[in-house]
Amino acid sequence: MLRKAISPRFLRSPACLLLVLPLAACDGRQSVLNAAGQDSRQLLYLFIVMLAGAVVLWLGLNGLFLYVTRLRPQALKIHNVNWFLFGAGVLFPSVVIGALLAWGLSIMPAQRAAGDGLRIAVHAEEWWWRVEYWPKGATTPIVSANEIRFPAGSRSELHLSADTYIHSLWIPALGGKMDMIPGRTTVLTLHPDLEGFYRGQCAELCGASHALMAFQAVVMAPDDFARWLKDQAASAPPPTSPAATRGEALFRDEGCGACHTVRGTEFVGAVGPDLTHFASRGTLGAGNWQPTAENLMAWIAHADDLKPDVAMPAYDWLDPDQLADLAAYLKGLT
Amino acid sequence: MTGRSPQGPFPPTEEMLARPVPTALQVAQEEELHAAWRTRTGLRYLMSTNNTVIGKWYAATCLVFMLFSGVLALLMRIQLAFPGMNFLDADRFNQFFTMHGTGMMFLFAVPLFEAMAILLLPAFLGARDMPFPRLSAFGYWSFLIGGVFVLGSVLFDAAPSSGWFMYPPLATEAEGAGSDIWLLGLSFIEVASIAAAVELIVGVLKCRPPGMRVNMMPLYAWYVLVVGGMILFAFPPLIAGDLLFELERALDWPFFDPARGGEPLFWQHLFWIFGHPEVYIVFLPSIAIAAMIVPTVAQRPIVGYSWIVLSAVGTGFLSFGLWVHHMFTTGLPLISLGFFSAASEAVVIPTGIQIFVFLATLALGRVRMSLPMLWIAGALAIFTAGGLTGVMLAIAPFDWQVHDTYFIVAHLHYTLFGGMILPVMAGVYYFHPFFAKRMLSERLGKWAFWLIFGGFNLCFLPMHLTGLLGMPRRVFTYPGDIGWNTLNLISTIGAFTIAAGFAIFLWDLVRPGKPHLTNRNPWNAGTLEWTDQVRHRDWGVRSIPYVTSRYPLWDQPKLVARMDAGRYYLPDAPERLRETMVTSVIDARPTQVQRVTGDSWIPLLAAIFTGGCFILPIFHLYAPAAMSGVMAVGCILYWLWTATAQVPKAEMRKAGLGLKLPLYASGPEAVGWWAMWITMLADSTAFASLVFGFFFYWTARADFIPGDATHADAGLVALCAAGILLSWGLTYGARHLNRSAHATAARSALIAAPTLALGAGTALVLSVLELSPTSHVYPAIICALVIWTGAHIALGILMQFYCLAGTIFGKIDPNHDTDLWNVTLYWHFLLMTVAVTAAVIGLAPRLL
Repeated sequence: MLRKAISPRFLRSPACLLLVLPLAACDGRQSVLNAAGQDSRQLLYLFIVMLAGAVVLWLGLNGLFLYVTRLRPQALKIHNVNWFLFGAGVLFPSVVIGALLAWGLSIMPAQRAAGDGLRIAVHAEEWWWRVEYWPKGATTPIVSANEIRFPAGSRSELHLSADTYIHSLWIPALGGKMDMIPGRTTVLTLHPDLEGFYRGQCAELCGASHALMAFQAVVMAPDDFARWLKDQAASAPPPTSPAATRGEALFRDEGCGACHTVRGTEFVGAVGPDLTHFASRGTLGAGNWQPTAENLMAWIAHADDLKPDVAMPAYDWLDPDQLADLAAYLKGLT
Repeated sequence: MTGRSPQGPFPPTEEMLARPVPTALQVAQEEELHAAWRTRTGLRYLMSTNNTVIGKWYAATCLVFMLFSGVLALLMRIQLAFPGMNFLDADRFNQFFTMHGTGMMFLFAVPLFEAMAILLLPAFLGARDMPFPRLSAFGYWSFLIGGVFVLGSVLFDAAPSSGWFMYPPLATEAEGAGSDIWLLGLSFIEVASIAAAVELIVGVLKCRPPGMRVNMMPLYAWYVLVVGGMILFAFPPLIAGDLLFELERALDWPFFDPARGGEPLFWQHLFWIFGHPEVYIVFLPSIAIAAMIVPTVAQRPIVGYSWIVLSAVGTGFLSFGLWVHHMFTTGLPLISLGFFSAASEAVVIPTGIQIFVFLATLALGRVRMSLPMLWIAGALAIFTAGGLTGVMLAIAPFDWQVHDTYFIVAHLHYTLFGGMILPVMAGVYYFHPFFAKRMLSERLGKWAFWLIFGGFNLCFLPMHLTGLLGMPRRVFTYPGDIGWNTLNLISTIGAFTIAAGFAIFLWDLVRPGKPHLTNRNPWNAGTLEWTDQVRHRDWGVRSIPYVTSRYPLWDQPKLVARMDAGRYYLPDAPERLRETMVTSVIDARPTQVQRVTGDSWIPLLAAIFTGGCFILPIFHLYAPAAMSGVMAVGCILYWLWTATAQVPKAEMRKAGLGLKLPLYASGPEAVGWWAMWITMLADSTAFASLVFGFFFYWTARADFIPGDATHADAGLVALCAAGILLSWGLTYGARHLNRSAHATAARSALIAAPTLALGAGTALVLSVLELSPTSHVYPAIICALVIWTGAHIALGILMQFYCLAGTIFGKIDPNHDTDLWNVTLYWHFLLMTVAVTAAVIGLAPRLL
């Protein structure tokens, strides 16, 4: 009964994937199929060509097998087996693989080309990202965290390093990944060209919260990017509401500044993410949650529940009002 | 030689073979064989060393470990069925995938090769047993103890959680005993794997039936040879890596710590130099099973025998040049990536040839579809899909995108299910009538196949897409708004479908009332294992046949009757001792009758103490560990002394068909000498990996060697080298003196030699006493080399004393000196090891 069912066999075949691909390509901020840069588009093209070839080869080989075992089970004659084996086993794959290697490897140098000026240093921590922007000629960096922004239409260089463990930085919509290895600096260059919001994630197992080490990648028009970078270079704005003012005091009293920097204030800790322009970022907890007031309160009170083994202690003694004040302060750090 | 050469006619003439054997004699011979080979019952069953018993234990244990690791996968699939599940916490999830990979690779895939080879190889070769049955038993017990220990840790929430690849610094810094359990537990099992590989290689080379020249071996034997060879060169780098890793964990020697000159990537190189060949170590034996089934299904000999043999050898070689494709995203130079991309693609050619050989055989034959063939067909469909995604992944830039994503999870499961699980299932259905003497159900078999095949594709085909949509591997949870939800749910349903298929298969395997075998060769196969009688006898083959064809059951019509009648070689066991035939390596001329070791408690005891020696240090019980180690050495010495290289009562034995064969052999004639050679190749590979470490640091790190470093004392290093050279000369001399009957001189040399070696070892240790191995990787690697070399010198001294005792107590005399030959061979390698160590620690720092 099962043997006669042809359609499930089709569903299981790679050919089916071809039909699924276009459907899948339209969603996903973290998708290889949603290419938004030169590098990722080139790799997507490579993949589609290879996939088409693979489907043809798979059907050919398994069709041949079906033919000799089922459709013509009586003995065939192959006059010269050695020629068959040489042709099918040596000559044909050599030609196909040779061509694929020539093309596939030839696209590598462009993907590793030097950047057009902007250098972004990303240092992986457990489990978040320290980000420094070094525009051409800069002597001091503009520091941020857990979000990487790119100007569209030019190639940016990412200089990658890691604190304790090996991590890997990957923004599928923009290009391939690169490992971040303690004691080394690796370089990844990316050339995004479609403006938008994308998601990146750590791809190398790095401990308990590996799954929760993500970030938002934003591709902006060059002018917008320049303006944004200028804003980022500025000090944090002072609190503007009574709640935010109370929040700043709490921030001080609870010792938050021992770990976090808020530029332009006395808070100069360097253990955790720089929070100077925290409210300008799209996510909380390294790419994981919306930075709403409720989420912020939950995070401050119980960071370790949300993110296993995180270094930030749980401030579970703070009452809801205090948490709301802290959230108000942080939401004011635009 | 000592006048021990085979006497009598070989090969036998047709007239000799046609002569009938009197029935009374047949009965008497069967009684002798039974007395020698019978399997014990009750608790003493555990003393068994017979390959058919050990093989079944081994395979059943692998199956249990596989099920355990499979259940871990199911639990992980529950956690991933929906976004944000709280079924498993992060740490437990990490433990589970670490143990899933570790269990499947180290405790199922590789040992299953050993299990099936131990079970089947002697039958393929018409041999009574493996050449070293107690070693098989020791390997099995080690595997069982180590496996239970490593997998059991997950039940105590103490399992390693840094992935089956154990990358430092994550794994070196990990808290708890998990990483140590992985390192020491698996090192223990790896040593057992190497022992099995040595035995299998010697089995293929020296224990074939008379007349079976190398070009007539069943293809399975060729694959065993290739895979055994690969184990010898692939596992040692990992063992060397484990040693360095554990030195960092236990003593804080900074091999992988970048702050003190170490290099995390060094482990990745060592691991994948092992890890990639490992994939082929898993894959090739399964192709070997297919290579036995396909000719039977086609009812004709394999087409292109030499093509497939060369392809297997070629795959083995190439597999050692591919490891960097696991490291394409570590920022290596493009030129390296290009080289390893090309090398990875090249493996398509030998793999393809093997598949086309099967296709051609099926095309030329008259195919009879059967249940085993159904599994082979499914394997081909899945494996070719995995192979084709492999072709994609080998293109480095594409790998940059999908490396460490679910695309890889899909790819590797396609290759492993298609290249290992399904062919093995085909093998189980095909060989079940051979080893269990019952047929499995055709109907249940089809249900199992379609559930596993369908469930597999349901589970893993969507994962390609999940990966392309950006889902990384080894994540315990994922957000619900990225488009991964449906795909993950489908995968989970698929995983449970696979499990249902395995449940049906297991039920079929254990259910009572399966029909007994009526025809010993139910598939009408052509190879020797199907001569095994309908009622299995513990002795294996009744007599060892003279073989003139690759498919003797098809081409030698009278073979089975003559084997049963005891017409061929070794039809009896006059001294009630276990014996098998040794033949020459290339053309399989009979050279010797090998007395093989029989049932004993000693392999179990030795394994328990060896296990203690590896496992107790995890709990910082160093003194009991050392005691356990001493007990293990004691057990092994007792075993060697009482059961190996025994001086026989008579030099020659009538082997049947007018042939008289020696019962003792030494030097290259002896199986033990071959085993030593092969073991030392593996040992040297591990040593070479340590030396590679020294030069890796030198090329990779600007601060190696530090300008102000303290070096090993060159004078003492030179003294050590000189002492070992002299000791080696004396050992070598002792062998000659013993042969020429100068017993006293030989004994004197064997007293002087270990004394000198002891002095040399002491000098070596003293030469590095000033070094502080925790301060920097340079003194650490020097000290690691000293530890390695020192341990080998200690072993060499033990061997010299063993030979001294042998000459005194009559185990070694001018005519019986196989121990001395083997020890001399060990010392050749030891001399080389010491010379290289001396050059690296004494000379290199002053020259570089």
